[in-house]
Amino acid sequence: MGTMLRGFLLLLSLLSITAPAFSLYEDQVGLADWHQKYIGKVKDAVFHTQKTGRKRVVVSTEENVIASLDLRHGEIFWRHVLGPNDVIDRIDIAMGKYVITLSSEGSILRAWNLPDGQMVWEAFLQGPHSSKSSLLVPASLKVDKDNVILAFGKGCLHAVSGIHGEILWKKDLEAESFEIQHMIQASGSDLIHLVGFVGSSRFDSYTIDAKRGELLKHDSAAIPGGYSGQASLVSSSTLVVMDSAGSTVTTISFQDGKVTFSQTPVSTLIEDFVGKAKLLALKLEGVFAVKTGTHTTFVRVTVEGKLEVVDKINHATAVSDVLEISENRQAFAFVHSRSNGIDLTVKLGADWNHDLLKESIKMDQERGSVQKVYINNYIRTDRSHGFRALIVMEDHSLLLVQQGAVVWSREDALASVIDVKTSELPVEKKGVSVAKVEESLFEWLQGHVLKLKGTLMLASPDDMAAIQSLRLKASGKSKMTRDHNGFRKLLIVLTKAGKVFALHTGDGRIVWSRLLNSLRQSETCENPTGLNLFPWHVPHHHALDENPSALVVSRCGPSDDALGLLSFVDTYTGKELSSSSLDHSVVQVIPLPFMDSTEQRLHLLIDASGQAHLYPKTSDALSVFRPELSNVYWYSVEAETGIIKGYALKEKASDDYSFDTRSIWSIVFPSESEKIIKTSTRKLNEVVHTQAKVVADQDAMFKYISKNLLFVATVAPKASGDIGSSTPEESWLIVYLIDTITGRILHRMTHHGAQGPVEAVVSENWVIYHYFNLRAHKYEMSVIEIYDQSRADNKDVWKLILGKHNLTSPVSSYSRPEIMTRSQSYFFTHSVKSIAVTSTAKGITSKQLLIGTVGDQVLALDKRFLDPRRSVNPTQAEKEEGIIPLTDSLPIIPQSYITHALKVEGLRGIETVPAKLESTTLIFAYGVDLFFTRFAPSRTYDSLTEDFSYALLLLTIVALVAAIFITWILSEKKELRDKWR
Amino acid sequence: MYKLFSLKKKVCNSSAQASCTISRQVLQSPRIDGQTEKFVLFSLNRLSPNSRLLLLLNPRISGCAAMSSIARLRPAFLLLLLQFCLSVLSPALAISTGSVDGYTINGRIKIPVAIGALGKISNVKVILNGGQNVTFLRPDGYFSFHNVPAGTHLIEVSATGYFFSPVRVDVSARFPGKVQAALTENRRGLTELVLEPLREEYYYEIREPFSIMSLVKSPMGLMIGFMLVVVFLMPKLMENMDPEEMQRAQEEMRSQGVPSLANFLQPAATARSG
Repeated sequence: MGTMLRGFLLLLSLLSITAPAFSLYEDQVGLADWHQKYIGKVKDAVFHTQKTGRKRVVVSTEENVIASLDLRHGEIFWRHVLGPNDVIDRIDIAMGKYVITLSSEGSILRAWNLPDGQMVWEAFLQGPHSSKSSLLVPASLKVDKDNVILAFGKGCLHAVSGIHGEILWKKDLEAESFEIQHMIQASGSDLIHLVGFVGSSRFDSYTIDAKRGELLKHDSAAIPGGYSGQASLVSSSTLVVMDSAGSTVTTISFQDGKVTFSQTPVSTLIEDFVGKAKLLALKLEGVFAVKTGTHTTFVRVTVEGKLEVVDKINHATAVSDVLEISENRQAFAFVHSRSNGIDLTVKLGADWNHDLLKESIKMDQERGSVQKVYINNYIRTDRSHGFRALIVMEDHSLLLVQQGAVVWSREDALASVIDVKTSELPVEKKGVSVAKVEESLFEWLQGHVLKLKGTLMLASPDDMAAIQSLRLKASGKSKMTRDHNGFRKLLIVLTKAGKVFALHTGDGRIVWSRLLNSLRQSETCENPTGLNLFPWHVPHHHALDENPSALVVSRCGPSDDALGLLSFVDTYTGKELSSSSLDHSVVQVIPLPFMDSTEQRLHLLIDASGQAHLYPKTSDALSVFRPELSNVYWYSVEAETGIIKGYALKEKASDDYSFDTRSIWSIVFPSESEKIIKTSTRKLNEVVHTQAKVVADQDAMFKYISKNLLFVATVAPKASGDIGSSTPEESWLIVYLIDTITGRILHRMTHHGAQGPVEAVVSENWVIYHYFNLRAHKYEMSVIEIYDQSRADNKDVWKLILGKHNLTSPVSSYSRPEIMTRSQSYFFTHSVKSIAVTSTAKGITSKQLLIGTVGDQVLALDKRFLDPRRSVNPTQAEKEEGIIPLTDSLPIIPQSYITHALKVEGLRGIETVPAKLESTTLIFAYGVDLFFTRFAPSRTYDSLTEDFSYALLLLTIVALVAAIFITWILSEKKELRDKWR
Repeated sequence: MYKLFSLKKKVCNSSAQASCTISRQVLQSPRIDGQTEKFVLFSLNRLSPNSRLLLLLNPRISGCAAMSSIARLRPAFLLLLLQFCLSVLSPALAISTGSVDGYTINGRIKIPVAIGALGKISNVKVILNGGQNVTFLRPDGYFSFHNVPAGTHLIEVSATGYFFSPVRVDVSARFPGKVQAALTENRRGLTELVLEPLREEYYYEIREPFSIMSLVKSPMGLMIGFMLVVVFLMPKLMENMDPEEMQRAQEEMRSQGVPSLANFLQPAATARSG
């Protein structure tokens, strides 16, 4: 009997190993997961609106995406995310069929096929030194029937064949630090003018024959008054620059080999001018724009070189480039935002007093100020010109405006997620239940017959579609109330744009979005950046009339010592409840496990000078916090100097809510041999079910579980660069496990011949990290498990009986328990962008690693593959326990990609949130795209799956009942027969 | 050169002409940027002056320019020419020196999909050193990394639906132009940088077609099966048993005091029969 049971267990465990825990049928896509594609904040756009074919706009963005969008609906036709070191500088369209991108500071020129996004050719442009880059696609210039593309980069001008991407000629301008400003094709000729500056005082102009690449003329002159880096081209031979003080406008005319300057102080153009003026980068015939404060002034340069003010606008304005609408007629647009919308004005360049178009567009939500505008024209049926404008707003959204209305909009702030937290939905109230039409019995039966057909593979495609819609309807996953299983939640997302979104986990729709006022640019705060999101107020079960709120922590600039900002957001409505600018900086935020009487969570903010500030600033919070003062510790990691320090609070407060701190320990890594590249800690909200781990032969091990475990990885300074820059002999990776209360180094291990980048995840009593092994030239993953030896003798039954055990002694960081570590390493095929681990409500379910691979997919890998007790030939007992025989590399099973056939382009992070149901965890992966799914690491053992066939169950029951009746009748008959006998 | 001669053989055989010569000339032409460019000119004479075939090979741009002085070439011949072009080219893939401080890695990716390959190939990314450089494929599957320093590098291919092994590429500073590449998964060396997927990846479970066995194997099926066994087979087993033996067994059980279903059933059964 025992062997049979063992055999059965073995069979079960083998079955569970061979079958991946996550596997999906193709028709289940979209039931529990959703995927959204974004592009990021647009920084350049080119329209492609020919009469035939689809109308599209090609954009490049700050997330380094090049994309072709449908002009009718705003959908993505195709999209490519370029490498992080390959920043797109310029885009254009050549020959009506290729999209040209110039990237990597003007050193890589690529052509993409416009309809499908296939790369056609790639040219590598070399030059002696780095410089600004510029791209010109002349419409009419041809060399040997081949269109020429001119690209300036790295101090050289290159002419590239438009068809094959070959470099036709190359001209080195031989001028150190020549910063190109404009590349102009003289109309009707093959001459190219390059104008730019050397340093801040010299103006240079080159004239080059575009056919052969000969330098025809080079003029150079010193600019009186210097140059601030802002210039505006007003005609093919006139350039307007702002001087370095921002108070004088210099007009440079470079016609016929003569360079002449004329200076005009800004104060003569604009009355009551104080401060610094800025030139807007415009390309307008005869007109330039000066920005002073919030005012924008348009100034015309007359033929004689005189300046006259033509218009003045008292708003923050975005001005488009010039659009040639017909011969010698140029139009441009400017847009400024109002309180509840935007004003769009299109003017003819030559005729200032006449508006071609003036529209006010209403917008239903706050999107901040207008940042950029691109215009395009079309011919209306009455042969007049119509205009459409592509507008980039402050919240990174992209709008297409046509005929006074927003045709489509894209929320591209979601491409730059900084932090994610979840919030529970409101509880469904009795009486006001969501109106739901109860389906009739017949419909119910019909549905189940359909499902049965589906399982028996008898369904036609129409039936399959019907089943899919039925499933979606039945799940009710997009309801705005809490559900029993805890699958429906709100994802609160903080983005780089300073906009906070709430996404519904059911279908990914935006429930609300809010551009935080405190995170907008202002006079006091030049460059606000969001840092973190924290749950601030989470009402308990009985106070359900209150809305939960979240805390947004941000600071005024990118540096550590910039002043902090706090803002509180209601997570049900998205209302900004309050905001405050702090008088100190924010380096670290420590959420404390305490609450004040109004259920606001206590947070400790550490500033750059090492002072701790308690929030909320109420006496109530202080009285909660005071008794716990001596139990608060934290640490700081200074990666540049290689020091990790631990701190505690001083009893005496410097003012009511601020506390001085004292350093209690520090670990200094020798800078000549070690450089910190990665630190990682356990998630604060992780739940561990049990400390004991039962191993084979009825033995037990005790996990060392500490919330204060810090994983630190250091590498040799020589090997801190990219792969391929160092040899195995001069590189090593050292990993440490440090207790952050006492500074005790629990474990230290060296991997020789290994280097970064290191990705790591800490959970329960283990650490898993990923690094590069230079000797094998493969990536490796290692696991370290820590066990508490001081509790190991608790296994003795006699001690338990006699009460000599230490089971009841609390787990404390002050005690120094003897620990034991075990570790093992395995090869892993791919580069890794991010590693996370599943988390469940009670921590009972076994764990799976979630690995964001270099291909932007998320792979689920069972933790059992990373178990230090794996051996080549596990014993029978170990096999029963579920230990997998040791292999040198970790398996990649395609079915266990939780992103299945999708990609989360530009993957940056993976967030896991436990659902109420113990078996299930919610996974949110973000990058340029967003992906959400529900995942059961050990299959859904506590609930029926959605494709469970109730009809089959019913059928079985009916069959059983029928069988009972039949056998009953049979037995009755038999009995009767027996009795007659 | 071997390939060239084999081509010559093929061409000459197909044209069935008596004499057929092949000649090789190295031409040097100055370029705009001051460097000289080497062209290797292969000329294949088929005696008659109007049917001469010239092949211009430029190792630097790794392109193949073919010029034929006559247009009336048979398609089969053109195919041969193309074959030749590609076969001569492949050694030129690999690593070539750049002029500034780095080298260029050229390679090719072959995905064995006949139709609809275009849509897929546009989404393939080639990644150097875990994201240091990212490049895309040309329509013919070629890719290149520029400005790569000497050292040992890792190339990964990201293509949805295919599993590619990462490739270790050694760029040697001492012997420029020498390539050493090996798949890291199975340590197979590559003579040229042509990457092929190790296997296709299918991300979904395949629904098994309906079969009686799957129904039987399901929990419901097992339930029904067990019931059937109990209902129809157990009485048969009981019948075959010797009634005395059975009674003895029952008594034994009773004496052992093992609670069993039979114990509870026994009184009822005896009551009924009695």
